[in-house]
Amino acid sequence: MNDRIPGFATLAVHAGAQPDPTTGARATPIYQTTSFVFNDSDHAASLFGLQSFGNIYTRITNPTTSVLEERVAALEGGTAALATASGHAAQVVAFQQLLMPGDEFIASRKLYGGSINQFSHAFKSFGWNVVWADSDDIPSFERAVTPRTKAIFIESIANPGGSITDIEAIAAVARKAGVPLIVDNTLATPYLIRPIDHGADIVIHSLTKFLGGHGNSLGGIIVDAGTFDWSKDNKYPMLSEPRPEYHGIKLQETFGNFAFAIACRVLGLRDLGPALSPFNAFLILTGIETLPLRMQRHCENAKAVAEWLSAHEAVAEVNYSGLPSNRYHTLARKYAPKGAGAVFTFSLKGGYEAGVSLVSNLKLFSHLANVGDTRSLVIHPASTTHSQLDDDAKTRSGAGPDVVRLSIGIEDKEDLIADLEQALSA
Amino acid sequence: MNHDSYSDDYIREILNSVKTVAMVGASPQNVRPSYFVFKYLAERGYDMIPINPGQVGKSLVGKPFVASLREIDRPIDMIDVFRSAEFVMPIVDDALTLNPLPKVIWLQLGVRNDEAATKAEAAGIKVVMNRCPKIEYGRLSSEISWMGVNSRTLSSKRAPPPTMGMRLSLNRGSIGGGGTDAADRAAKNKNDIV
Repeated sequence: MNDRIPGFATLAVHAGAQPDPTTGARATPIYQTTSFVFNDSDHAASLFGLQSFGNIYTRITNPTTSVLEERVAALEGGTAALATASGHAAQVVAFQQLLMPGDEFIASRKLYGGSINQFSHAFKSFGWNVVWADSDDIPSFERAVTPRTKAIFIESIANPGGSITDIEAIAAVARKAGVPLIVDNTLATPYLIRPIDHGADIVIHSLTKFLGGHGNSLGGIIVDAGTFDWSKDNKYPMLSEPRPEYHGIKLQETFGNFAFAIACRVLGLRDLGPALSPFNAFLILTGIETLPLRMQRHCENAKAVAEWLSAHEAVAEVNYSGLPSNRYHTLARKYAPKGAGAVFTFSLKGGYEAGVSLVSNLKLFSHLANVGDTRSLVIHPASTTHSQLDDDAKTRSGAGPDVVRLSIGIEDKEDLIADLEQALSA
Repeated sequence: MNHDSYSDDYIREILNSVKTVAMVGASPQNVRPSYFVFKYLAERGYDMIPINPGQVGKSLVGKPFVASLREIDRPIDMIDVFRSAEFVMPIVDDALTLNPLPKVIWLQLGVRNDEAATKAEAAGIKVVMNRCPKIEYGRLSSEISWMGVNSRTLSSKRAPPPTMGMRLSLNRGSIGGGGTDAADRAAKNKNDIV
């Protein structure tokens, strides 16, 4: 142990970055290059054989992207991370290391609609079978475990309903089943919740949202907690068995507690190809430097807007776990004491029509399909992000027809409330 | 001492001070972790000695295998052990017969034997267990950061450039580049006037 462990805000600014050894540049340079020159042919062979640390090709590693990876790993308390072109790409790469055709994983029904689609359709075509469970009913996860189960997947704060998942209870189910717990921590960010502290083995993010934070760059990341023993049985051959791609290397034996991140890189990213652009990595890194400040403001504004909405006569219900009346408030206080995030839903007494009318009358909130921007955003999930689900699945995932989703930005909260007020009375 | 965690200073001091490293259990197979570590440390200037009684007569990246610690003809600073925990005590016993004694006994990732560690420490030998010197070297030098690994180090200091103290930039192979004809002509004209 060192004398001091730096605080979160210090890590957000510094982790992974150091002055450029060649030029002295203090900001992380954008290494906008496809490839890296080898010292000699032996060096090249060492790099290709995973015997040396170093850069070959930006599809596998890039010095700008690796700063981002180390920074997010440090913020989450993980051993290593792997950045990808999007959050969806992160999920494909992570699951590819865990599942063979015919295998299963258990996922909470309360997920981002895009993940529900990816798991239900694209993953099914790979022979990776999702089994749904209900994060409000922990025993439903236990009942879903079979000998083919290879992982459990949840969101820490679920999109769009803003419900808080009892990570520790589901981590206990995963431990008993001998499978890793994967937590999508996109809406919370490590500033609000650090899932590894609660038993997660793998953390996934869409960097596109609060981490990047400015609505300008897609990206995703996989964080390895370094907690799971991949070799205790033969369930995870990508990590425990000799890999023919690398002349028989066993990844966990060679890379120890960051073997999962290495597997994602050298088996997943190398062969599937969804690498992050170094330019996007730079923009996301710049965003992360102000993550603590932004999240404080996002949460403060969200709470003020949620409180104002819940007192408005046109509003039927506000689903924000930061409100004491919310059913997830106790879990929010346990897992996210600094704030319950800035994405939540509410429904209007006027139903679907009133929701559509509100969206079209807003002048400051932007109507678009993203969350976690400096700007405040609004969407009607039932007709957009969750439109491909049937009505029952829409309601179960918190996106019923009368529901409007807000992502509260970092503007002045009085202006946000004034915009909602004029739109509701228009 | 506590072997659950080590300070960066403890590890850094060991990696900075040792020069001769004997690796017990070095494998000639180039996909084995011991081979990776041996080659990596040899490339960083450590005087590496591979120990494996089954490989005597052969060599590992140019270094001849020896059968045991006692057959090494020079003082050993560090013994890096690639054997499982039950084989560690006899290796420590062997090490304690050496004169001079090694300064460090290092047990690889996944290997821990507290009884053997206590015995070595009683003789004044530093012990590291369940760590990899390649990973620790890569972590403290930030090289491992290229793989997205959390090095758990922060610094605002600039690392010395790789060419510091060397003349690599003079010796790099090169071909002729673009001309400076205009400047050459200007220089010539200037000479003409003078």
